[in-house]
Amino acid sequence: MPETILKATNLGIAFGGLRAVHGFAIDIKECELVGLIGPNGAGKTTVFNLFTGVYKPTEGTFYLGGHLMNGKKTHEIVAAGIARTFQNIRLFKKMTVMENVLIAFTKDMKSNLLSSILRLGSFWKEEESIRQKALELLAVFNLQDKADWMAGNLPYGQQRKLEIARALATNAKMLLLDEPAAGMNPTETAELLECINTIRKKFSISILLIEHDMSLVMNICERIVVIDYGEIIAQGLPQEISHDPKVIAAYLGE
Amino acid sequence: MDNQKVRTKKLLVSLVGVGVLMLAVFIFDSLGMMDNYIRGIFIQSCFAIIMVTSLNLVMGYLGQIALGHAGFMAVGAYTSALVTKAIGLAIKAETMAPISPMLQFFIGILCGALAAALFGLIVGIPALRLRGDYLAIITLGFGEIIRVVIQNLPFAGGKGLASGQAGQALIGIMRMNDIYVIMLVTMVCVGIMIAFVRSKFGRAIMAIRDDDIASSSTGLNTTYYKVLTFVFSAFFAGVAGAIYAHRGLGTLQHSDFTFLKSTEYVIMVVLGGMGSMTGAVVAAITLSVLPEALRAFSEYRMLVYSVMLILVMMFRPTGLFGSYEFSLYQLLTKRRKKAVEPEQTAAKGDN
Repeated sequence: MPETILKATNLGIAFGGLRAVHGFAIDIKECELVGLIGPNGAGKTTVFNLFTGVYKPTEGTFYLGGHLMNGKKTHEIVAAGIARTFQNIRLFKKMTVMENVLIAFTKDMKSNLLSSILRLGSFWKEEESIRQKALELLAVFNLQDKADWMAGNLPYGQQRKLEIARALATNAKMLLLDEPAAGMNPTETAELLECINTIRKKFSISILLIEHDMSLVMNICERIVVIDYGEIIAQGLPQEISHDPKVIAAYLGE
Repeated sequence: MDNQKVRTKKLLVSLVGVGVLMLAVFIFDSLGMMDNYIRGIFIQSCFAIIMVTSLNLVMGYLGQIALGHAGFMAVGAYTSALVTKAIGLAIKAETMAPISPMLQFFIGILCGALAAALFGLIVGIPALRLRGDYLAIITLGFGEIIRVVIQNLPFAGGKGLASGQAGQALIGIMRMNDIYVIMLVTMVCVGIMIAFVRSKFGRAIMAIRDDDIASSSTGLNTTYYKVLTFVFSAFFAGVAGAIYAHRGLGTLQHSDFTFLKSTEYVIMVVLGGMGSMTGAVVAAITLSVLPEALRAFSEYRMLVYSVMLILVMMFRPTGLFGSYEFSLYQLLTKRRKKAVEPEQTAAKGDN
């Protein structure tokens, strides 16, 4: 029985009188790839924002590897092991591809203000080792040749990949991907699919994925959770979901 | 990343660069061309360089607008002046073993810088919860509060907070206008700030500038880095203030630190290029020397300022240097450098 990585029970948030998400429960095992789908405005990204500490849940709890994460700040949650990408790519556009990845290592770096300013041996050693690590990670995404490019100058598909690379560099156990295929052409989507499969195997990481591209979702997700109006309306295997009358109703209207 | 050999080479080049610069000043000086007037401008350029580079950390690299930098300078100036004055009195009264003026000056600098850093912390923690225009206004407010409080402090030449009378100047401050010492202090300060920018700290604050939300989702404690940078920057404003206080006039007036002063430094940062240390240094020198060069029409100084700013903003919206950094090492090795990651060896071309 694989270990549970992310577990949420009865999670919800209300903005004043509006319950954006309500009674959300999920249980993601090690290495599992779960899809989160739903019509526009269903609350998918809100769920992500709850898991990453952007919003504080007003009800329920969620645990990462057995540790309570409620009310923690975003950077504390990242340190605990949840990393994410964004629906509208949020790279550090004016920094190089390499630096984008290096930022993610910052939280684990030991050099302090003094050793950085005095340029002690330990400072250079650490800089070199993280640069090496960053290059290795970029190589997984075939970006190692573009390490010196400005992130904002990369083609769209590669920006998406870099964002995933940056999230992985935080050494996360749980990766949240918010519409990774949005705005991609079919070739790029296929490439992304491959990429997601590779990192899952290579880093043995659990992934929760929001996506509108059904071919991608049906293809790679082991399990799918469907939400509408902030509540889970169905969950199960991809084949089951695609035939679920509630899901069809939510997407197409009754 | 550079290997050991390149690093050593770069360090050597930097040291030689610093040496040549010092030598140039020395030759200039020994030829008798360094009269008190030039000396004054030189010192003025030095503390302007420290002010502008430190403000550049907050504005250029962290990307937050701060309009109260003169306030920190004032804290540094008054603290250091009071400290050296107290030491001087103690020595005169023989309650303290005599120490050289140089050491007194350095103790003054350190105390001034630490006091300014403390104020940076006090102001930074509440202020940095805001950003953009709001932060600009709140820092402007804090800067003025600091100045007005100083104006009224009895030991700083004021008549007490309750008396409602305008304060006077603080007088009888030690003089320290040895250009070599000041030049060295300036270069060390700029060197430290460059080292800061080119470490994980610099990377982190530039990431925060580019995207606040993404940086916290990448594991950065954004509040910590913001406050740290603010304090770090205030520390060097304090150093600049200490140099200012001891520049040789022997007096300090609260009116030296109005928000117009802060604005002046903001202008220098913008003109030089936000996020370029080279730009900050060049702009600080230019805008310190220019008003003196235009002495004959000194009333029109602000006019020149504004015309220059308008022209720069029209033709080079990113400032004169953008984010370009000058590197003597690269100039010497003549390597074509990639425009994407400008490199710069340590403190050179600082004066």
